[in-house]
Amino acid sequence: MYACNCPYNWGPVQKTAVHIETRENSFPGLIVPEYGESMSEAAIEVRHLCKVYDGVTALDDVSFTVPRGKISALLGGNGAGKTTTLAILLGLLLPTSGEVKVLGEDMVRHRYRALGRMNFTSPYVDLPHRLTVWENLDIYARLYNVSRRKQRIHELSELLDLGVLLRRPSGSLSSGQKTRIALAKSLLNHPEVLLMDEPTASLDPDSAERIRGYLQDYQQRSGATVLLASHNMMEVERLCDEIHILKQGRIAARGTPRSLLRQYGRQTLEEVFIDIARGQPA
Amino acid sequence: MKGVISSAERINALIIRYLYLLRGSWPRVIELAYWPTVQMILWGLINRFLAGHSDWIAQAAGLFIAAVLLWDVLFRAQLGVSVVFLEEMWSRNLGQLFVTPLRPWEWLTALMAISLLRTLVGVGAAAGLAIVLYRYSIFTMGLPLIAFFFNLLVMGWSIGLVVIALILRYGLGAEGLAWALIFAIAPISGIYYPVSVLPGWLQPVALALPSSHVFEGMRILMIEHTFSWHHLQWAIGLNIGYLLLGSLVLMWSFHVARQRNLFLQLGE
Repeated sequence: MYACNCPYNWGPVQKTAVHIETRENSFPGLIVPEYGESMSEAAIEVRHLCKVYDGVTALDDVSFTVPRGKISALLGGNGAGKTTTLAILLGLLLPTSGEVKVLGEDMVRHRYRALGRMNFTSPYVDLPHRLTVWENLDIYARLYNVSRRKQRIHELSELLDLGVLLRRPSGSLSSGQKTRIALAKSLLNHPEVLLMDEPTASLDPDSAERIRGYLQDYQQRSGATVLLASHNMMEVERLCDEIHILKQGRIAARGTPRSLLRQYGRQTLEEVFIDIARGQPA
Repeated sequence: MKGVISSAERINALIIRYLYLLRGSWPRVIELAYWPTVQMILWGLINRFLAGHSDWIAQAAGLFIAAVLLWDVLFRAQLGVSVVFLEEMWSRNLGQLFVTPLRPWEWLTALMAISLLRTLVGVGAAAGLAIVLYRYSIFTMGLPLIAFFFNLLVMGWSIGLVVIALILRYGLGAEGLAWALIFAIAPISGIYYPVSVLPGWLQPVALALPSSHVFEGMRILMIEHTFSWHHLQWAIGLNIGYLLLGSLVLMWSFHVARQRNLFLQLGE
């Protein structure tokens, strides 16, 4: 069958010892926590997730939770499984086995119950180039059934400094401007859960810093839950409450930035990342 | 009730999105009417020439013009569905669309509404020009024209759904199907000649297409001045079956796309 060590196959959830603390010292190295009833406090719940494409295992028994109101990161090299995980969380991709819940909703069976309360941004998707920024935001506001659309677009325009861009075709914008527009689109519906795939990829340091500032500001104001997939260590260290490091489709380490640094005896997350990538023990 | 309003709003959003696209791109607007008009002019001239040489053509003024306009209803309806889908793929927008609360049936409804709009504009312009150039109005067919129009529209949608399914499954490398697939059925649809002209073994195949019944019905109406309920019933029955089949094929394709992460990785 599949080269996947998935112990969980859509069976009933075992309510075993609860272990969902996310603060410092809560993640003992590579140990995968058990999940129980109090996971209902989590905004994102991933249990024993496996994804196999044509015999190649992209995700292998991945489990993690993201508590409500926290910023978490999926960190990993190219092909580690970050985007695959996000696609499954969005219901765009079906898992081979395992369970995924966002805001308490099963994203395989009932994704439409959650999609209106979450949003997503990624460099792998784009907005129609011929439409102006205003038109694109207007369309997505309608798709998310946002009330008082014009007011919401103006709010985001002020927040993200989009004023001069609103009447320009989306295709004529620079990478940094496009990223701001993508962020505006992802905030249109006041998402309770925001999934971000490499939110500052291909941006210059100044633009990337601004995006991080906007994101942090939004999260603090709204209390939204954010899960970002990235391989930008500085970004992750600055923004995230906790980190899940993926390697070859498996969770290789997890913890707060500080706990990971301490665990690996390193000064920077980049060094931790390299240790994990090269198979150095903690 | 709230759910119905939300669905209507999302369908409306996609229609507005297409209108925004047309508003910002005059080549797209011209393209809507260009090909139906060129075809109509060409077949109008052929019709005028043959009317003086053929008793059969002379019996019905504008027979070929009516035929080419109705064929364009089928072609435009199919293109209306598949090209709008391609626009989403070209702009890498599909992944964003399907992480909104937009349901597949809402998306399909919007595609069909846009297809209807494109067909009305494109074929309507050519039909209007036919009145000016050839003093032939397809609207003299009266109510049967509505039956012909909607049957060809639905058949175009069914083919469009299959085209979308194939492009979704095989990527942009299959986009040529959006223009080419429908021409495979043109020779056996009896657009410009009766199905009886076809070889005997091919006639049952032709009569399994709603389009053949529409064009047979059109000729009966224009030459014998009677409306064939028999052909209409066949066209409707077949269309129901093909629309169901097209929807199933598309649903299968969606399922495969969700298994293979195609919504985020569409390309050649």
